[in-house]
Amino acid sequence: MSRTFIGMPAFPRAARTATADAQLRHNLRAATRTIRGKRAAAVGELDDWAALRAAGKAVKERTLRHLDRYLEQLEASVTAAGGHVHWAADAAEANRIVADLVQATGHSEVVKVKSMATQEIGLNDALREAGITAYETDLAELIVQLGDDLPSHILVPAIHRDRAEIREIFLRRMAGWGVPAPEGLTDDPRALAEAARVHLREKFLNARVAVSGANFAVAETGTLVVLESEGNGRMCLTLPETLISVVGIEKTIPTWADLDVFLRTLPRSATGERMNPYTSTWTGVTPGDGPQEFHLVLLDNGRTDVLADEVGRQALRCIRCSACLNICPVYERTGGHAYGSVYPGPIGAILTPQLRGTGGEPEASLPYASSLCGACYEVCPVAIDIPEVLVHLRERVASAGGAGHRVEKAAMAAAGWVLGDGRRLGAAQRAAAAARSLVPRRLPGPAGAWTDTRDLPAVPGESFRRWWRDRRVGGADTEAES
Amino acid sequence: MRIALFITCLNDTLYPDTGRAVVRLLERLGHEVVFPESQTCCGQMHYNTGYRRDAQRLAVRFAETFGDADAVLAPSGSCAAMVRDIHPRLGRPGSPLERAASRLAPRVHDLSELLVDVLGVTDVGAYFPHTVTYHPTCHGLRMLGLGDRPYALLRAVRGLKLVDLPEAHECCGFGGTFAVKNPDVSAAMGTDKARNVAATGAEVLCAVDNSCLMHIGGTLDRQRAGVRVLHLAEILASTEQEPTRL
Ligand code: SF4
Repeated sequence: MSRTFIGMPAFPRAARTATADAQLRHNLRAATRTIRGKRAAAVGELDDWAALRAAGKAVKERTLRHLDRYLEQLEASVTAAGGHVHWAADAAEANRIVADLVQATGHSEVVKVKSMATQEIGLNDALREAGITAYETDLAELIVQLGDDLPSHILVPAIHRDRAEIREIFLRRMAGWGVPAPEGLTDDPRALAEAARVHLREKFLNARVAVSGANFAVAETGTLVVLESEGNGRMCLTLPETLISVVGIEKTIPTWADLDVFLRTLPRSATGERMNPYTSTWTGVTPGDGPQEFHLVLLDNGRTDVLADEVGRQALRCIRCSACLNICPVYERTGGHAYGSVYPGPIGAILTPQLRGTGGEPEASLPYASSLCGACYEVCPVAIDIPEVLVHLRERVASAGGAGHRVEKAAMAAAGWVLGDGRRLGAAQRAAAAARSLVPRRLPGPAGAWTDTRDLPAVPGESFRRWWRDRRVGGADTEAES
Repeated sequence: MRIALFITCLNDTLYPDTGRAVVRLLERLGHEVVFPESQTCCGQMHYNTGYRRDAQRLAVRFAETFGDADAVLAPSGSCAAMVRDIHPRLGRPGSPLERAASRLAPRVHDLSELLVDVLGVTDVGAYFPHTVTYHPTCHGLRMLGLGDRPYALLRAVRGLKLVDLPEAHECCGFGGTFAVKNPDVSAAMGTDKARNVAATGAEVLCAVDNSCLMHIGGTLDRQRAGVRVLHLAEILASTEQEPTRL
């Protein structure tokens, strides 16, 4: 069954294992390169991309500014349409609400539409403890679930697996979960998809309860929206009798008109498609058509705290397209597991420490899991300045001051003192030049990681400022500056 | 024109040749060059590592040092971006720092911007008979938006053969303290970059940022790849009479 990220090591240590795994590096590189090429082509087709990006940012900003009002409107609309709204302050409360709702139906199995919110709260584990089995129906999510693995990507949870590994997982595990994989299964993508289809069909036809998330929640009508590629989500949204949707409060948008911009930017940013194959919307209940009981669980779980942070709150604009993961050179080399977080990659590096706080070691290491190259900001369809938030969170971590940061703080202060004055810098440079023959090309101790793979430059005999001064005074040596 | 040099602390201390090349180049083009000696550092390392107050102090000092310059040249893309984009944001809106840094920002330029946009030259009369490939660097690419400028300058150099760098837009993995805090990922990125550089067959890798060149060059040296790294200024300063030697 699915596990959680609890107990993961901090990013640098997890990344060491990942970067040493040649198969993983190969799988990730192939997958991210393909998808970011597709994205670039699909975005390049539009001549108003910059305007769409600005519009998406504006809609989200406006909604977040008045989120309390829109949430109340959403609740009223859902209730008027025959649904029930539940408010969950944290993961435990959300899990309890969902488990109680499922138990009230008298069933002990649910089918699931792929959802980040339910991953975030660890719903599958909580349901299992309540005696309920949750079946993932998204193909990649199914691969992760069958493989007793953790998702590695927001959109393609099994991105770290190649075809041969998937075939092996299907052959080994499908029988234990339902319809077995056919004998003689090959690693042809069509054969693998067919095996999953047959396996899942049984789940869809027997399911009486479904659990989903949502990409958007429209306040004016109480409508929820899911975008997907496979159509498995739509099966879950239409066949069962009871539908429970767990949705983060930041998914709210005011009106249907506001949806327009995201229906254009999300598929292009996510899969490089002009339009996603399936867009499903549902509003309350309709007698005789679809689920006859509908529950919306509105999840906070740290989001109002994020909202209170002027710089960090932009992370709540995220529409989970994963473009930032696919472009990120760090993600490409480590994969999602190294982040120790349900949200990996650049967005995970800014969202997870905000949702969970920076008290833990993995969370405190995440703001540093970036070279600040800015590629994520450039592709983000809602213009989240991820580098800005990373630096902002580094400030928070550094000022909280763990053991490592006390040393660093002193070093920064010392550097600041030397750099605070041109004469002090000049004196330090002369000292370095005098000792230059003593500086090794490889460093000892923890700083040695730098010189394991790189040579340090030689310290030159004369700094620029020394040269400038000598030149101005006609080559005469002067110590006046010291 | 009178141009104030912000040589940057790394160039000043470890890469004085770059500063000397800048002076040689600009004087050759007939401009007056000054080096305000009270300058030190833009505070990029402090800011990026989470020490905003230290960075603030250095930003104040920068604004005091360069406040009345007509044009400031920073031969480092990341430092130019730091001064232009981040310094104004280090002060609260309406604060003296925010106002001073915002007033100064439009006058701060990277070398390729200064030459092409401000001084209006693309052919600087340089001679450099070598095969060169160019790494655009993240700050040059995304924060400064240098675009074609460095390529145009290189294409105008006599004797120079410019070859494309595969996956040029990808970060080299330096990232200041990132290289220290996440050495394995940084090294993996640097190794891939070095492999792409070596694949071009170029003799020289050029960029507008010595910090990236230190990282990539250090990796190339360790691999004995036989590729030299040079700042754009050192190529543009090279002439038949006074060639920059490899
Ligand atoms: S941060 Fe931006 S690019 Fe990354 S997943 Fe969210 S919306 Fe997409």
